[in-house]
Amino acid sequence: MAFRLRSPAPLPPRSLARAVAPAFFANAAALFLLALPLLFLALFYVYPLVSILRLGLAPQGRLDLAPLAALAGDAHAQRVVGFTLWQAVLSTLLTLAVGLPGAYLVARYDFRGKGLLRALAGVPFVMPTLVVAAAFNALIGPRGWINLGLMALFRTDTPPLNLMNTLGAILLAHIFYNTTIVLRLVGDFWAHLDPRLAGAARVLGADGRRAFTHVTLPLLAPAILAAALLVFIFDFTSFGVILVLGGPRFATLEVEIYRQTISLFNLPTAAALSLTQLACTLAFTLLYARLSARVTAPLPLRPQAFTQQPLNTWRARLAAGVIVGGLLALLVAPLAALALRSFTRLEAARGERTAVQTGFTLAFYQELFVNRRESIFYAPPFAAVGNSVGVAAATTFLSLALSLPTALALTRSGSARLNRSSQIPFREWLDSVLMLPLGTSAVTLGLGFLVAFSRPPLAWRASPLLLPLAHTLVAFPFVVRSLSPALRGIRPQLRRAAASLGASPLRAFQEVDLPLIGRAVMVGGAFAFAISLGEFGATALVARPDFPTIPIAIYTFLSQPGALNYGQALALSTILMAVCAGGILAIESLRVGEVGEF
Amino acid sequence: MKHRSRITRLMVFAVLVSACAQAAPPPTAAPTDTPSGPQTLTVMTHDSFAASEDVIAAFEQANNAKITFLKSGDTGAALNKAILSKDAPLADVFYGVDNTFLSRALDAGIFEPYASPALSRIPADLRLDAENRALPVDYGDVCLNYDKAYFEDKRLPPPQTLEDLVKPEYKSLLVVENPATSSPGLAFLLATVAHFGPDQFIDYWEQLAANEVKVVDGWETAYYTDFSGSSGKGPRPLVVSYASSPPAEMIFAPDPKPDEAPTASVVGPGACFRQIEFVGILGGTKSRALAEKWVDFMLSEPFQADMPTQMFVFPAVQGVKLPDEFVQWAQTPEAPAAVSPADIALHREAWIEAWTDAVLK
Repeated sequence: MAFRLRSPAPLPPRSLARAVAPAFFANAAALFLLALPLLFLALFYVYPLVSILRLGLAPQGRLDLAPLAALAGDAHAQRVVGFTLWQAVLSTLLTLAVGLPGAYLVARYDFRGKGLLRALAGVPFVMPTLVVAAAFNALIGPRGWINLGLMALFRTDTPPLNLMNTLGAILLAHIFYNTTIVLRLVGDFWAHLDPRLAGAARVLGADGRRAFTHVTLPLLAPAILAAALLVFIFDFTSFGVILVLGGPRFATLEVEIYRQTISLFNLPTAAALSLTQLACTLAFTLLYARLSARVTAPLPLRPQAFTQQPLNTWRARLAAGVIVGGLLALLVAPLAALALRSFTRLEAARGERTAVQTGFTLAFYQELFVNRRESIFYAPPFAAVGNSVGVAAATTFLSLALSLPTALALTRSGSARLNRSSQIPFREWLDSVLMLPLGTSAVTLGLGFLVAFSRPPLAWRASPLLLPLAHTLVAFPFVVRSLSPALRGIRPQLRRAAASLGASPLRAFQEVDLPLIGRAVMVGGAFAFAISLGEFGATALVARPDFPTIPIAIYTFLSQPGALNYGQALALSTILMAVCAGGILAIESLRVGEVGEF
Repeated sequence: MKHRSRITRLMVFAVLVSACAQAAPPPTAAPTDTPSGPQTLTVMTHDSFAASEDVIAAFEQANNAKITFLKSGDTGAALNKAILSKDAPLADVFYGVDNTFLSRALDAGIFEPYASPALSRIPADLRLDAENRALPVDYGDVCLNYDKAYFEDKRLPPPQTLEDLVKPEYKSLLVVENPATSSPGLAFLLATVAHFGPDQFIDYWEQLAANEVKVVDGWETAYYTDFSGSSGKGPRPLVVSYASSPPAEMIFAPDPKPDEAPTASVVGPGACFRQIEFVGILGGTKSRALAEKWVDFMLSEPFQADMPTQMFVFPAVQGVKLPDEFVQWAQTPEAPAAVSPADIALHREAWIEAWTDAVLK
């Protein structure tokens, strides 16, 4: 479907000269705002990345691009790139299809339990892949509930649904992980969209569908694009889902990079693959920047109280029921199954495997507090939770501190005037470059951290701050992306009005921008928190065993046989779910400001 | 001034958060060079490393030392990191390189030779490096595990040999790990290479594929998601795991303990592959004397006896007493397969590729 906002008329040529001088100062201010974020990226992204790529592509000090050339002619590599793109496009479209109705619901209606629903939808985001695989297997595996039910229904011995290790399982898992991105980014933007705009179209004779496709959808486009880009990059660099749920027949670029790096220790090929992945990411983000600049316009944002209504018609209630039911079935049911299992004991008398006795037990939770093997690496559960929450809180703080100035610098002059000609291409590039850490191979960057930070002058390998910094690398582009649509939507007249009343730029930011984007700040903060809690391959970046987080402890349990290990892994996973949902609820209860409260 | 107060609250939150972040990590021991303070030794190892508190404490006390363990990923990842940091070593000792990666470590020259006196108590077939740069510490046998209850239920005898697995009665019962991404997966592939020969093993795998073998990425998925003998209650009763998995099932069974292990191993001739783990002193260490003491300690009775229940491996040193669960439930393979580390290094990529073409095409 083609949607396009009426583009503003180009400025007459003579006003162009007038625009040059302010543009210069706007750039100086932007550079000032960007100084810290750029320093952060240079130190913790560019420097490690260049360090490791240099080992692969210039082992003797001279750049040798032969591995790239070899890759370009390699049929297998082309297939891998093709599949990586194909599954990412499919996954993104499906995630949007699932997430948009949910976004509509949370944006336009006010109902009890909405906050909880939003928090629960964010839980999948932090779950380790191995745990998610176990959850999916319990639900749709050959002996999962659904197959058992179908087998009983059709009186057959073979499971009718064979989804594990297919493209279907990959897509389902990507939807499971990423729907929350659509729900939050689009939902929160939508919640502040003035419903009277679509109402006006209806008054002018448009039917509901037409009002939606011609008014609401174009206005939502920036948020939808931002969400789609983030979902796409996550799917494009997917690793665990592909390996564990897709099985060995599927390989993305990230899987291939892992294989070349760890199994074969072929750094030149790994470097060439990493560069390919980076180039693709850059291409998507540039495309995004183009599209996004086209569809974005300042909007009159409205407080939620103004845009939302209770579910007071039976049709609205029915629709809400269907949407909430669908989201719960897709996002919460697999996790609920795991949580349930962590309280269940299975007892099968010998030879009677068909008659497994089940019963309630707290044994796995109690066992978490016992250092049965007197191991030096034993992590008490509260310590693991403390470590995880501490790192996540630090990541949230760091990401917000870096993202606010970045998002301001990137959006301000874009919205300061409406003409595109004053938008400096440099800014568009920068916007895209800032997204790159998200699309960079964690395996590659992990070795880069090792090479870069284990010797002077930057021998920071042992610093406890390195873990939150590594997490911030992933969270930062995310938070910038969740802030940008809201900042772009602020009418520049408001800031000018503040300035004309004598407010300093900082004061104007405090009094105008912050209240208007308060909601987006909290959304970004919640994302940063969740990203850190779920680790996202950052453990590959920095391993600190004396400092175990919950996901590390879960993996440790899952790496050994035995019912107690499995049970404790599930118990800790359940604790991780609770910490995540609790953390998101807590962050979102801190309101920085609500539109229209002044 | 409503907003002011909100901003203040946000600031307070931020300060609290950074305070938490500062408080959360335990203080890392600062290396002390003073003669009175303990000397530090860093041991780089893989994520599966584990040891008892009192065993490590005993060494630290006896030598006035503080040991730091640097867990660096799985075996391959940890070794790659050691190689990449060869010029500025992150540790004094590296433990955990196995015979499938030994050549990579030796070729990269990360180790200094050390002829520990303890080597005399280690059988010759475990000592794969004549120059003693890498010293064997422990071994484990990668074997097929089977779900006892399944085979009893179906009144089907469990398979005895690799050849049995291609028989129709064992169709779609086996799950294995991908040798490209999993260490036991590679070990099992090597067992078939040793048993059938480098020219024939692919034929065997084609038959296994025809008999509907399932391939997954790693041990965790194979054991907990697909294997029916584990707590995951998967659909397949045969899995590539370790000879030490049945004793682990007993040790980690919730109370009341079952009468016997739910699983057992297939230990027929050539059906298992022996993984041997090595320790070595990293070149360029400034604590050579202490590093030697640590290596001796790893090969001494207290550490060797601690390994089975910590890492589920068998001590390399002869005559070390095994825990009861191991004596009772671990089976010893009749003739574990062996492939030389040099052969593995030379053919690893080609064998994995041939396997991929035959099984995953």
